[in-house]
Amino acid sequence: MNNGGAGRRNTLPGFGLTMGLTLTWLSVIILIPLAGLFLKSFELSLDQFWSILTSRRTLNALKISFGLAFAAAIVNLVMGLIIVWALVRYRFPGRRIFDAIVDIPFALPTAVAGVALTALFAEKGWLGAPLAELGIKVAFTPAGIFVAMIFIGIPFVVRTVQPVLIDLDAEIEDAAASLGANRWNTVSRVILPSLVPALLTGFALAFARAVGEYGSVIFIAGNLPNVSEIAPLLIVIRLSEFRYADATAIAVVMLVASFLLIFAVNRLQRWAQTRMPAH
Amino acid sequence: MSQPKISPSTAREDLRTEPQVIRIVIIAIAVTFLTVFVVLPLVVVFAQAFSKGIGAYFAALSDPEALSAIRLTLMVAAISVGLNLVFGVIAAWAIAKFDFRGKTLLISLIDLPFSVSPVISGLVFVLLFGAQGFLGPWLQANDVHILFAVPGIALATIFVTFPFVARALIPLMQEQGTQEEEAAISLGASGLQTFFRVTLPNIKWGVLYSVLLCNARAMGEFGAVSVVSGHIRGETNTMPLLVEILYNEYQFVAAFAIASLLAMLALITLVAKTILERHLDEGRLPGD
Repeated sequence: MNNGGAGRRNTLPGFGLTMGLTLTWLSVIILIPLAGLFLKSFELSLDQFWSILTSRRTLNALKISFGLAFAAAIVNLVMGLIIVWALVRYRFPGRRIFDAIVDIPFALPTAVAGVALTALFAEKGWLGAPLAELGIKVAFTPAGIFVAMIFIGIPFVVRTVQPVLIDLDAEIEDAAASLGANRWNTVSRVILPSLVPALLTGFALAFARAVGEYGSVIFIAGNLPNVSEIAPLLIVIRLSEFRYADATAIAVVMLVASFLLIFAVNRLQRWAQTRMPAH
Repeated sequence: MSQPKISPSTAREDLRTEPQVIRIVIIAIAVTFLTVFVVLPLVVVFAQAFSKGIGAYFAALSDPEALSAIRLTLMVAAISVGLNLVFGVIAAWAIAKFDFRGKTLLISLIDLPFSVSPVISGLVFVLLFGAQGFLGPWLQANDVHILFAVPGIALATIFVTFPFVARALIPLMQEQGTQEEEAAISLGASGLQTFFRVTLPNIKWGVLYSVLLCNARAMGEFGAVSVVSGHIRGETNTMPLLVEILYNEYQFVAAFAIASLLAMLALITLVAKTILERHLDEGRLPGD
């Protein structure tokens, strides 16, 4: 990959200066503040750390954030695949508009998404009213958290899988078909397996985003401790009570979890590259 | 209805796509899901904002608190996008134009803010600059205000938007290689001349693209800013924070009026992004 760390492979100027500035800016904005969080957590004894994390309220908040984020990511995985399939493989009126619309959860500020979803699913809302007649309550219950997490996660699966499905070699499908495979066999044995790395990556990204999500969730959640209180909100509450140690301990657990998730995503992408050599 | 003619070519065609019933079902599920989960929330913002008429809408937007939130949001976005643009371009130059050990690690570190919960992005600055924080006592002694003031809001925003510019420009600049720059240097151009006359024209659409996305996130950031802002009315409330406050006070028209501005920002961003992506695709080398 390189020539032993000597640095330059060319005669362009500015490597030392730009690298120095990059590392300085990265340290000041990202690395030192994040290190401060871990440093703060070292002020806690292991017992203190453990008792904060295993307190009923913290455990429940973590369970709610991770559990519902996982469930929402599963929904995103399935719905994302269906949406990608429709967008890439079929032609229908409004296809390009729906393709652009997928990015709205990326672009819409989370607080706006939060108040909008709440208005939509509240008991008198456009969707909340008919659902209430069926006896289903979404807003101000854990179901509301679930809905908000589905909303913010959907673009991750679609945008990760879409380019892979577009680039998929049509010849492989032709070959499968000409060898007498029926459509279902071609899809399930030829196409879907080559989408697996992208699907898992999209799933992990949606999961990671939903675990840490705050703005779009807190309005619709109801925020009842132990029932519908997400972990990021508990961090905010502990901060407002000046219980910095509690906030720090929860934050460290969430950070470590998201670092593990990125690591998994990186491994997945490497796996995908070795399975599908560059074309 | 006449029987469809089955010729060898259409029979083969049938093997390459799904039966029509399944096609229609898949399209219907996709369209319904996107309508319910994405389109309706967007529509509801505008419906609520105008629910008491246009007069109430504009009255809400011209409220002094609303104006101060808009000003603060624009200022914070200008600071954070400006700084991240400069340093993002610098980082992309170092990473894309040179080979060095640890490049993958450096890119992962730049990516970190994408995977940190917004609340934690705010928390780290509270731990640094808060009254109980590492630098808190020194800041208090010297009467420097970072937390619950504009510098804190800007820092938290810079943190969450940190990766946007560098991440958009690195692949673009790697793709373009270094030959043009090397030619310019060998013809006697200085480093800065080379950058402004050779590199920048090649990446201008990418720069615009990254500024657009960075700006949308900067103006819309909620969680991180919420933790460091202190919610001082008329002083440290950005637009998303004001949406929350008004909403919690049951001032729904006002809350959704501010929200509608942010929603329009999102829509404009998406349209501009689609146009820019077309420019970026045209800029790609053929066969790529």
